[in-house]
Amino acid sequence: MEIPNVADKWSGAVNEITLGATKDKGGSRTKTITIGGAKSIPFMDFEGSPGQKPVVAMDVYDVPPEDWPETLSKPFADVLHDPAQWAKKCVEQYGADLICLKLEGIHPDKGNKTAEETATTVKSILAAVGVPLIIWGCEHDEKDNDVMTKVSQAAKGECCLLGVVTQDNYKTLTATCLADGHALITLAPVDINIAKQVNILVSEMDFPLNRIVMFQSTGALGYGLEYTYSIQERERLAALTGDKMMSMPVICDVGHEAWRTKESKSDDKEVPQWGARDERGPMWETITAVSLLQSGVDIIRMSHPKAVAAVKKCIDRLY
Amino acid sequence: MALTGLDIYKLLPKTNCKKCGRPTCLAFAMQLAQKKANLSDCPDVSEEAKKVLGAAAAPPIKLVTVGTGARQVQIGEENVLFRHEEKFYHPTGVAVTIHDDLDEAAFNDRLKKINSLKMARVGTEIEIDLIVIINKSNTADKFADTAKKVSDGSHLNIILSSSSVDNMKAALQKCAEKRPLIHGASAGNCEAMAALAHEKKCPMTIAAQTLEEFVDLAERAKKAGVEEIVLDVSGNNPKEVLQKLTKVRRLALKKNFRDLGFPMITFVNDEDAFQEIALASTYLLKYAGIVAVNVCEPWAIMPLLTARTNIFTDPQKPIQVEPRLYAVGDVKDDSPVLFTTNFSLTYYTVEGEVESSRIPAYILSVDTGGTSVLTAYSGDKLNDKAVAKAMTDAQVDTKVKHKKLIIPGLVAVMSGKLQETLGWEILVGPREASGLPSYLKTVWKS
Ligand code: SF4
Repeated sequence: MEIPNVADKWSGAVNEITLGATKDKGGSRTKTITIGGAKSIPFMDFEGSPGQKPVVAMDVYDVPPEDWPETLSKPFADVLHDPAQWAKKCVEQYGADLICLKLEGIHPDKGNKTAEETATTVKSILAAVGVPLIIWGCEHDEKDNDVMTKVSQAAKGECCLLGVVTQDNYKTLTATCLADGHALITLAPVDINIAKQVNILVSEMDFPLNRIVMFQSTGALGYGLEYTYSIQERERLAALTGDKMMSMPVICDVGHEAWRTKESKSDDKEVPQWGARDERGPMWETITAVSLLQSGVDIIRMSHPKAVAAVKKCIDRLY
Repeated sequence: MALTGLDIYKLLPKTNCKKCGRPTCLAFAMQLAQKKANLSDCPDVSEEAKKVLGAAAAPPIKLVTVGTGARQVQIGEENVLFRHEEKFYHPTGVAVTIHDDLDEAAFNDRLKKINSLKMARVGTEIEIDLIVIINKSNTADKFADTAKKVSDGSHLNIILSSSSVDNMKAALQKCAEKRPLIHGASAGNCEAMAALAHEKKCPMTIAAQTLEEFVDLAERAKKAGVEEIVLDVSGNNPKEVLQKLTKVRRLALKKNFRDLGFPMITFVNDEDAFQEIALASTYLLKYAGIVAVNVCEPWAIMPLLTARTNIFTDPQKPIQVEPRLYAVGDVKDDSPVLFTTNFSLTYYTVEGEVESSRIPAYILSVDTGGTSVLTAYSGDKLNDKAVAKAMTDAQVDTKVKHKKLIIPGLVAVMSGKLQETLGWEILVGPREASGLPSYLKTVWKS
């Protein structure tokens, strides 16, 4: 009995982007990370190249997170006040492929840190680790435009990934990224048409398409995961069928979203029937991540070392 | 792939005798193709035509039922590869294993634990569906004994797992009326297992390495009279398993490949609970009809069941929370009241932020047909009247003694009108839910 061939033939591919610049490329990174490049449905390499292996970026905050449950803060207890040491620990002990610096503390309501302070933080992280850096604003437009511009200059030539820009606020950061040689994250909350629109707006400023990463906002497991899943799946299919404005690699914010949920956050005393948080929390983060991987993700932002280890192992086994 | 009118016409008697009530065989064929006619209307149709047309009308993936009654599990009969195209219909059955060689205390312990794998999360009960009895002892007595104990002591549907036909027979004697899934047939014992399945009217699995072998085994099981077949796609190489699951689904849906038009079961076996559940979730998302795992801790099973809930949600329907007043934390009559829409993503974001603020508060979810704040506002589903109605329905004025309502910053423009309609003081909250904790801590407190 002959089995019909079910390998789909795709005409398009996800763009490939290399993040981080080594010395000979004008930066100071000792390691670069290349993402994207898929020419097949995730993990289906019988129909074409699966592209680069999905990578894990571990989150580091510029201010110690206020509302983290103990399960999550414990592994970082000694470094929560020092973003550079925190980043170092993530890379050296927990195997982070990249570091994502989340600028929570620049938000006017959450510390209102200045651009200068933040630029110093960025430089200290660049000095402490050799992996590429993602720098993520606080999503307060004015403050982001002020701080991110200076941060971008401070990291000039390092080929960081900076974000996020939206259809309402993209000009400042796009121009800065272009000038300083960084890549850019475009955000459109769970909307494929807006996603395309932002990419078009950014590209109209002559920003190269192959330096854009897309972010659709992330729904945690049990909290809208399926919306993110289907949007990303549709985007991946669009990329594979050759839609140039949808061919960007995709980033997900799993750590932050998963640890906001009751299921991972709640104290053992509140929900004894759900089991110990030290397992429960990391598991919730793990399953959020591996589920989204099936829809087509290139960079996953994560938090807990145990979840990071599990997801990286799972990727290795499926890839 | 459905047959065209012309394909069907070729199979009809072509006499245009009109006994079917249509002017010509071709007209009848066209109606059949559009499913507007029934083949039985033509008295002269050949057996051959009946067979071909009957098969073409059958769904591309066979529906298989395990168990009986209200709790039975139905798998198969899926129409799409991606949920956004339509929806996934038959939620993956989740199964947990139990061995038949455990001593009594260990067995009772585990059975109790498995039986209680149900959780209430965000207002819905979720639970596992099946228990797999594994014939670890290799003896017929113990297997049969355990089948009896599980059958009497559990509400779950049963999968019997043994490669020994004799042991299977013994166990079936104890629980065949529960319509268990017979797991253990492979190339060496296929006919004998199939005979058992046929006799007891139970569904069965077949296990093979290659797709070609699956075709061969399915054929042999069908010859023995079994129709409800489940393909056992398991193995130690996760990548291979995942690709096989995808290939079988694609063959059925894209190539109308009937020989493999069956749902699949996947056993996941990993010492590390995180790996086991990570892989089980992966297989569940990508086409397994049943996933079986060993770990039976709620912190492992809950995310697996939640992944199922998410992926089998109808993509056409925005998920909604019930529009009502929700109390977050230990609310008192001076707690803040804020409203948002009943779009679940919006609601849960707000709820999450209120919770993390550690300030007890009431959240009023206004019925906007499950749309977000801005969409609802621009569609006029979120206006002063809708909010007023929600306030009255939820009897908010009996819950708190103040008259202050916090509204989403995105609809600050509603303030004036709302104040007029409600007679409440309107406080404009942050534009993004993430601003709520600091808002509640500072603005509200003052
Ligand atoms: S009854 Fe059958 S043979 Fe007669 S016209 Fe109808 S389809 Fe043709």
